[in-house]
Amino acid sequence: MSEATAPKAVEGPLNFLDDRLGSTGFLNRNLKKVFPDHWSFMLGEIALYSFIILLLTGTFLTLWFKPSMMEVVYDGSYTKLNGVKMSEAYASTLHITFDVRGGLLMRQIHHWAAILFMASILAHMLRVFFTGAYRKPRELNWLIGITMFVLGMLEGLFGYSLPDDLLSGTGLRITQGVLESIPVVGTYGYMFLFGGEFPGQDIVPRLFTLHILLIPGLILGLVTAHMMIMWHQKHTAMPVKNQTEEQVYGYPFYPVFMAKTGAYFLFTFGVLALLGTFAQINPIWLFGPYDPGAISAGSQPDWYMGVLEGALRIMPNWEITAWGHTLSLNVLIPALVPLGIIFTGAALWPFIEAWVTGDKRPHHVNDRPRNAPVRTGVGMAAVTFYGLLWVAGANDVVADKFHVSLYATTWFFRVTFFVGPVIAYIITKRVCLGLQRKDAETVAHGVESGTILMSPDGKFSERHEPMRDEQRAVLLSKENARPEAPAVDANGIPAPSTKGPVGHLRSRLQRAWTFDDIPVEEHEHGHDEVEGGRKPEQIEH
Amino acid sequence: MTRTGISVKRFTAWRRRPWAGYAVVLAALAAIGVIYAGFSPRADRAEAANATQAAADLKNGQQLFNKNCASCHGLNAEGTKDAKGHAIAPSLLGVGAAAVDFQVSTGRMPAMNPGAQIPRKRPITDFDTTIKTDYEDPAKRRAAEEQKARAEKNLADLRNYITSLSAQPGPGVPAGSEVDPSKGNVALGGKLFRTNCAQCHNFTGQGGALTGGKYAPELAKSDVTPTQIYEAMLTGPQAMPVFNDTTLTPQDKQAIIAYLVQTREEPNPGGSGLGRIGPVTEGLAGWLVGIGLLVLAAMWITAKKPKKLKKS
Ligand code: HEC
Ligand code: HEC
Ligand code: HEM
Repeated sequence: MSEATAPKAVEGPLNFLDDRLGSTGFLNRNLKKVFPDHWSFMLGEIALYSFIILLLTGTFLTLWFKPSMMEVVYDGSYTKLNGVKMSEAYASTLHITFDVRGGLLMRQIHHWAAILFMASILAHMLRVFFTGAYRKPRELNWLIGITMFVLGMLEGLFGYSLPDDLLSGTGLRITQGVLESIPVVGTYGYMFLFGGEFPGQDIVPRLFTLHILLIPGLILGLVTAHMMIMWHQKHTAMPVKNQTEEQVYGYPFYPVFMAKTGAYFLFTFGVLALLGTFAQINPIWLFGPYDPGAISAGSQPDWYMGVLEGALRIMPNWEITAWGHTLSLNVLIPALVPLGIIFTGAALWPFIEAWVTGDKRPHHVNDRPRNAPVRTGVGMAAVTFYGLLWVAGANDVVADKFHVSLYATTWFFRVTFFVGPVIAYIITKRVCLGLQRKDAETVAHGVESGTILMSPDGKFSERHEPMRDEQRAVLLSKENARPEAPAVDANGIPAPSTKGPVGHLRSRLQRAWTFDDIPVEEHEHGHDEVEGGRKPEQIEH
Repeated sequence: MTRTGISVKRFTAWRRRPWAGYAVVLAALAAIGVIYAGFSPRADRAEAANATQAAADLKNGQQLFNKNCASCHGLNAEGTKDAKGHAIAPSLLGVGAAAVDFQVSTGRMPAMNPGAQIPRKRPITDFDTTIKTDYEDPAKRRAAEEQKARAEKNLADLRNYITSLSAQPGPGVPAGSEVDPSKGNVALGGKLFRTNCAQCHNFTGQGGALTGGKYAPELAKSDVTPTQIYEAMLTGPQAMPVFNDTTLTPQDKQAIIAYLVQTREEPNPGGSGLGRIGPVTEGLAGWLVGIGLLVLAAMWITAKKPKKLKKS
């Protein structure tokens, strides 16, 4: 739509820049970039905006936080701790909380932003997964996203450990245990990170550098790459009328999407400010300073580390002793296996799917989750797997609040850890197929109109009406299963991709992917081609 | 910061209520203290008391015991066993007045239906010293006060009767000054609480699950009185260990009481405390409130269609 000119307020500065940099072509093009409209496309934006807020509030905190394990005797506004020995890190966090103007609010916004940052990344990843938006050409951005999630976990863990309170110290102790359990290099690894025996003097300053410099830097770089790739490849879109593989249908970046996303930044900030004001988070003054001899019931990490905690809690106490070394499987397995499965699985999934389905085409229109039952089922199995471990990480709270035995919860999670994902897969797939069937029905017979007709011989029936165009476009977005690649080509020579054990595996997986697919097609009325010549609005590709 | 003048005022007005409750508890304690002073076997003053009155009190104690406790603990408080020789209820000989006071004033005894753990509940009427007495109507108020005094006397008589059955007195009920939270060292109490109690009761006394369906109860509610906290440490009820005077000196115990009482009364400077149980409720709030609100906002924003561009 290059005929549309930007309003004066934009045109003026653009001309100014153009005269000097010759860049209006670039700006003009990009300001009109089209963005599709769907609420779930905003999830990633929560992450982006929380990250910005994390940078701002974090910078505020660095002005007063003292990353030091030097022992001091507290004497400050929080009189309950007066005369208690603690590290400078803990004392300075108390100082931020009780003596710096706005300090508590900043700490709380920082922490809530961390929670929302991770939560929105996860929600965003789920959206991308279930709609198949990671498919070619967007695999790279999918991998970047996973990397950012992992970095975010580390960043959160390290930040959480900085104030050196009882709860974070307990977390560090677990981190140390996990490092130490790694065979051969474990002890060196942990000595290297902690600079000596646990907890030592070095850990907090080191975590501080990682927390405020290295990891935010890496995340910032990846966010930039993520956004540039997204900009270049354009947004995927949900299947709606006028949306095709060739053109994105939506609103231009300027002014519509910019206004929306600007408002959304304010929403994110507003929600964080509300939480920071009205919901207390990480009240380190109640936890007390870290003391290796103390521990509390209900010691949990932030939610994004809950999976690890859950895995540690339900793992049986296995250890192997050989050649004078103890291999702590009870720590090693829960620390590495569940997250290993999830992250490796997620990273490989786009490539596995493309290999199985043989679909190497680029995709810009997303799948509705029901139209890819195997993917949706696997996704729900992963969600169940993650969710169960997550709740298992809070099993003592569950046992306490719902009055069930702690032992029973442990066994419940041990069993459902294996069974739950399978059940979730089966149920999800059934539900997807059921929905497909309903769609096929609607496409074939139209929608129920609610009008009951009586035929002359007294029979009642409900009149069905053809669908509206919008609905038709959505339902017909389903791509029916493509026939399997023939096992032999025209000359009777087996196709290379089906040969050998790997080829057989691929053929079987492909059959599993497609065999129960339900075609959604129009039979009676042909395609009533509309919109001849009239171009849908706002097209850019 | 986050507070404005108005909300400070409202805060203080609001805080006054728990304070008032606390004052009532203190008054009740003082009353209990006076009665202890009259009936505690440790106090020499018992000798001065009228001998016939003492005998009548002991009789009252015995009757209460026979009616409420003997079915399980046996007529002579020697304990009972079932056919297989498993204990139904332990012997109470030498358990001490503190144990009886704790078990009965927290409503645990007389026990009702046996489960993994005998829960705290409202004491039965005979022993209920927590009844409301601040009625407007003078007649009603007098009746309530009398009933309360009777309950206090019943409890004391029962304690005395059970201690009288054994030659060893066992730990006695602490004096009011020993449990006065305002006299304890809070900073020390916090440290001791975190090293000795938090692993079961959680750092702010919110309680927590233990193995075998047992649980450490919440201590943050104001109905757990300073005396009960002291007695719990002294007698170690059920799954809780005993903290005798060598493990935690009386000053240590008082410090812990001071810490617990001050912690449960201090307001949350950061807003709602979210149950003060740490990251679990924080995570839930982040997902439900945070992500929830933002998803609603996203739906609202994306549903808005700009008028000018809608023409096609
Ligand atoms: C339904 C049976 C039952 C009744 C009735 C009952 N008790 Fe108990 N009591 C028990 C059991 C069981 C225990 C052991 C609890 C445990 O430690 O697990 C117990 C424990 C106690 C203890 C703690 C003993 C110790 O070693 O610390 C005291 C004190 C006590 N009871 C006093 C009483 C008094 C006083 C009454 C009457 C008001 C009473 N009980 C009524 C069953 C009963
Ligand atoms: C091993 C875990 C454990 C430890 C350690 C422990 N408790 Fe307990 N505590 C319990 C259990 C279990 C109960 C419930 C006993 C019952 O119901 O009879 C309890 C009950 C109590 C009660 C009575 C609460 C009520 O609802 O009536 C108080 C008060 C108490 N504990 C204080 C303390 C203090 C103070 C400490 C530290 C000095 C401490 N506890 C250490 C397990 C523990
Ligand atoms: C993805 C980014 C980030 C995440 C997930 C994150 C997370 C956290 C968390 C969970 C805490 C504990 C807060 C608490 O005490 O309740 C924390 C503390 C802290 N963070 Fe961050 N943070 C991030 C980025 C930053 C940045 C960019 C800076 C500095 C420029 C920073 C500076 C600090 C400081 C100084 C503390 C310790 C002070 C305190 O705990 O009050 N953070 N961070």
